[in-house]
Amino acid sequence: MIEILFYILSALTLGSAFMTIISKNPIHSAIWLVVSFFSIAGHYALFNSQFLAMVHIIVYSGAIMILMLFTIMLMNLNISDEISKPFFTKLIAVVCFGLVGLVLIASLAQSAPVIDAYAATGKDYQSIEVLGKILLNEFAVPFEMAAVLLLMAMIGAVLISKKDKTIA
Amino acid sequence: MEHVLQIIGIEQYIYLSILLFCIGVFGILYRRNAIVMFMSIEIMLNAANLLLVAFSNYHEDANGQVFVFFTMAVAAAEVAIGLAILVSIYRNIGSIDIDKLKNLKG
Repeated sequence: MIEILFYILSALTLGSAFMTIISKNPIHSAIWLVVSFFSIAGHYALFNSQFLAMVHIIVYSGAIMILMLFTIMLMNLNISDEISKPFFTKLIAVVCFGLVGLVLIASLAQSAPVIDAYAATGKDYQSIEVLGKILLNEFAVPFEMAAVLLLMAMIGAVLISKKDKTIA
Repeated sequence: MEHVLQIIGIEQYIYLSILLFCIGVFGILYRRNAIVMFMSIEIMLNAANLLLVAFSNYHEDANGQVFVFFTMAVAAAEVAIGLAILVSIYRNIGSIDIDKLKNLKG
């Protein structure tokens, strides 16, 4: 049961990620990317990581994709008038894709005997309660830094996209 | 209830993350639309996140999941700034085709 679910989710993740890149229309790319993000959230739910599954759906499928869709609409890119790259560049891209995959998978295949079988201890390590305690005790300073980072990103985005009347 | 790693094994998750990361690399090289390249970067970030969560489950350690949480915060900030830069590029050039951005190429 879980095995079948895993393979369906994996096929969905990889297929929709691939369709994101292949689609000519950027709006279709964005929608395929939403499908990919939802299936990754499904993987997190399969791990029983409830907190991350929820945060992933809220942040990626919610905030980031809305931002991307709004930008695409703002730039009128929903008509696909993109000139594709020359054939030689595409060929090189496919070769690089194959080579990176080959090197990573080959290096893993060499190291496979090192990985032990997983043994469950039944300890609670990923409920919202445990994660919240760790986040606000051990990682309190990085947590505050993340808040500052998001504030800076907000100010920066407003400053960059503001129309500059003195120059242009 | 049996844990998913007992049934499937961590290798499958490593292979999945590798393939997802390679698809992201392929997208960066294949397309010239800057927004689709952004989406490819998000795919690569997600591949890394998936592997972090898998190993956090494997070692039964919550620190990996806290790392994923911070990665998501940084990804949100990155997308906000990146899209703002793209909007201002579009205002100045009238397109976001990255092959037209070669003013720095002497």
